Order: sequence, then C-alpha cells, then structure tokens
Amino acid sequence: MSFIVRLAYTLLGLFIVLNWGLIQTGLMNKITARVGKRFGMPFYQPYLNLVMLYSRRSSVSHGVMFYLGPIFRLAGGVGIFLFLPLIYGSIYWTNFSFSGDLVLILYFQFFGMLGMALGAGEASHPYSIIGIGRGLSQVTTVEIPFTLAIISIAVQYHTLSLADIVAAQQGGITHWVMWTNPFATAAGMLAFLGFMRHSPFDTVMAPQEIPIGPPTEYHSAFLGVLRSNAAILHVVESVLFMNLFFGGATSWVELIIKTFFIYFWSVFVGAVTPRFRIDQSSRWFLKVPLLLGILAIIFI
Amino acid sequence: MTIEEQNKKNKFIDPDLEKRDVLSPDGEVIHIDPMKDYFCDARPTVHDPENKVVEKFLNWCRSNSLWVLGFGTGCGSMEIPPLMTSRFDANRFGVQMRPTPRQSSVFIISGYLAVKTLKRAIRSYEQMQDPKYLIALGSCTINGGMYYDSYNTINRLDYYLPVDVYIAGCMPRPEALLAGFNKLKERIKAGRAEGANEYAEKFDWYKANQKKIIKDWNMPDYNW
Repeated sequence: MSFIVRLAYTLLGLFIVLNWGLIQTGLMNKITARVGKRFGMPFYQPYLNLVMLYSRRSSVSHGVMFYLGPIFRLAGGVGIFLFLPLIYGSIYWTNFSFSGDLVLILYFQFFGMLGMALGAGEASHPYSIIGIGRGLSQVTTVEIPFTLAIISIAVQYHTLSLADIVAAQQGGITHWVMWTNPFATAAGMLAFLGFMRHSPFDTVMAPQEIPIGPPTEYHSAFLGVLRSNAAILHVVESVLFMNLFFGGATSWVELIIKTFFIYFWSVFVGAVTPRFRIDQSSRWFLKVPLLLGILAIIFI
Repeated sequence: MTIEEQNKKNKFIDPDLEKRDVLSPDGEVIHIDPMKDYFCDARPTVHDPENKVVEKFLNWCRSNSLWVLGFGTGCGSMEIPPLMTSRFDANRFGVQMRPTPRQSSVFIISGYLAVKTLKRAIRSYEQMQDPKYLIALGSCTINGGMYYDSYNTINRLDYYLPVDVYIAGCMPRPEALLAGFNKLKERIKAGRAEGANEYAEKFDWYKANQKKIIKDWNMPDYNW
C-alpha cells in the first residue's frame, strides 16, 4: 500500500477518533449527571464548546512557548495515535505501527505533559506552575506500574510490537492478557485511572482546586486545541489498553464498544470516589499498583 | 530619584506592583517595573462580527455554551451554587462554571458591588476574552437596592461595565437566574449581546466613570 493511501486512512481514522472522543465525553458527562440525579448537558455539548472556543474573537499570547504548549500536547495525542494499530487484521487501519511502537508510545505519553509544562511555564501564572508540578509528579508515579505491566507483557510474548501482542491474543477471551496475565492487567487498569484523570486522581485539573492547574492561562483557540487533544487522547489511551489487555478489535464496532467500556471504567470509579490530594494519589500509585506490577514481573 | 523614593511618593502602590531590582542566578541585576512588565496597557479594540450567516451559527453555539466566571461579589453569589445541583441543573442549558476569567464568557455580578470589589470586577472583566457577556443579579446592581445610600457601594452598575441582562429582586431565586440565562441566550442569538465592543467603543467614558469612584487607581487603564 502506498504511503499516500496509508496517510489518508490514518487521517480518516484520526477524524473518526476525534468525533468518537467528543461524543464519548458528552455521553460520560451525561452518565455522571445521572449519577447526581441531574439531566446534565446534551451529549453534543463538547462540539458546541469547541466551536465556541475556536470562534472567540480575541486571544492573548505570552510568547512563543505559550503557543507551542498546546501544539506539543496535541502532538503527544496524535503521536500515540499515529503508531497505534486500530483494527486487527485490517491493512487499512494499522496506521504507522512498526515493530517497536510500544516504546515510542510510552515516550509520547509523557511528551504532551512536558510540552504543557513549557507552555504553562511561559504564562508564568503561579497556579499554572503549581498545576504542572502536580501533573508531572502524578504522571511519573502512574508511569511506574504501567511500565512494569508493559514489560511483563513484552516478556510474556517476546515482542515490543503492539500488532504482535494483539495477534497473540486472538482466539477467544481465554487468550486475552486479561486472562493470561491478570496481575499486569490489574496494574495497567489501575494506572489507567491515573492517565484518564477522573476522580479520585483529578487534583491536577479540578476547577475546585488551585484553578484549574496547567491550563489556567489558556483560552480561546489555545484551549480549543487542548480540548480537541483531550477528546483524541481519551479514545487513543482506551485503544492502547484494549490492544494491550483486551484482545484488540477486529472491526470499528468492536473498537467502539470496547473503548466505551474501558473509558467507562475510569468514569465509574470517578463517580463513586472522592478526590485524593496529590500526595495521597502519588503514594497510592506507589503502593497497590506498584505491588501488582512487581507481581506481574515475577509471575509471568 | 531612586526606586525607593518613587515608591514612597505613590502612597497607594500595591507592594506587589513596586519597582524593584532582582538578582538573577547568573549574578545579573534585572530591573522590574511590574506596571509595565506584568500588564498590557493597550486599549481594547472593536472586533467586528463575521458575515451574517456564519455569525448566526457561531452565536447559536455561543449561546448554548455559556461559561460562567465563578466570582461572587455579594450576597447573590449564594444563589449560584444551587444552580448546579439536581434541583435546578443549569447544565441542561449549557451553563458551565469556569474558575478563571480567561476561559469564561459570562460574568455574573451577584449583588452589591463595594468600591474595592468593583476594582477587581473591572480587572476580571477585562481579562475575559471577546465576546463576553455580563449579567447583573439583584436590585443592588440596578439602583443600589438596600444599599442605595451606602458610602462604599456603587448604585448603578452600567456606569462602570456594559450590562447585558438585569435580573431584578432581592434576592432573585435560582429560577430567576435561569430565566436570566435564557434571556441572555435570546440576546446572543439575535446578535445584540455586543457588550465587549460597546466597552471598547465607549472606553474613555467607562474609564472616567470608574476612576471617579475608585480613588486609589494603581493599575494600568486596561489590564488584560
């Protein structure tokens, strides 16, 4: 398949993922509202918010890095997407995945946060800088159990290629990593809560805390880019976890159903638990998830 | 004149806004004048709407996605938290709370405005991005209400900031606030909620009014 065709399918996939991310965000807002006995916003509210943000008439810049912050963040989300095989067995929806894509994806997960740190630092708002400090410390502790889980899976299947890991899981639910390596799955899914930043791990971005963390100074189209990236990132992270632990997907319908439930896991936990302080959440990730990660390494 | 003398001369200056020399880690002395370095004192400009059809669509989106600045100025701010609860549920109408003026589009002046608070309200309003809307909640913002003869509260808000919707009452209930939001939506959809442009056009008049009542004006004229 020529490069152009592959690129066209990748961009089309990105468009679908963006839209599914926006709709999913709306649906989850609706679900959390129902938990609180409210009607909540309509499911298409994220679209309206995006149009509203992109159509603000004025914006204030604080310098070059301030511009680049959201772009780095978007590059983090799109970067993960570019190297992520979406549909197993399809030659069209494998994006640009290659034999070592898992390592690159691990790198891209941190990349966006670092970009935000530079951008928010240039805004020099004290709240932004505190928010970035919190965000980076939380992401660091989340990465440790997640990386242990990934190492465990890589050793289990002798590969660092996501496509190979998905291929090895085909043939029914008993072949999924969820079944064959439960410790790695448990550590990974607990780390997933930290990646998704819903309660109890939403101190970084919560409006009621130091308002509202890294994007304090971001507005208008800057915030629009961040919001678009959040929508992409929600789906992309879910697809990554689906590929790693839940046997991948063989069609778009399967992908949508699986990503919905994987994302729903973080919303479900968020709806029933109160918020951790940043020191509590950092310590929490270094207790149970880290222990599960080490167990996953020992009992592969 | 040394910096200390200059600072002493202006008795109203905020300690954070004093001119100072800072020693950088490299050993270089950096001269900081917060009034020039931390603020932008450019005048606001009028931003013309897009063409009619596009603007109608954008206005529809804006009206259904109202981001409210959670800044309570008076007793009326007590009526805002219940709006988000299951009883009133303002989320249904696309009303969401934002914690920072940069991201919000609606500013609710909730009740009386003391002169001290007016100064902060002006700063917050100017930091919001165009288009921005202002809801005045309660009688105090219309004619002073029960504080009509108070020595330190303003009587009429629209001398100082351009108001889009007034909600009368003392206090208006959350239902009244929801009705106010719907009124604001109608105004936005009709393209009549151009408060930010009005503020830019009549900037000198607003500034003269503001400076008349705020005696210790120690910030630039327009500080976004």
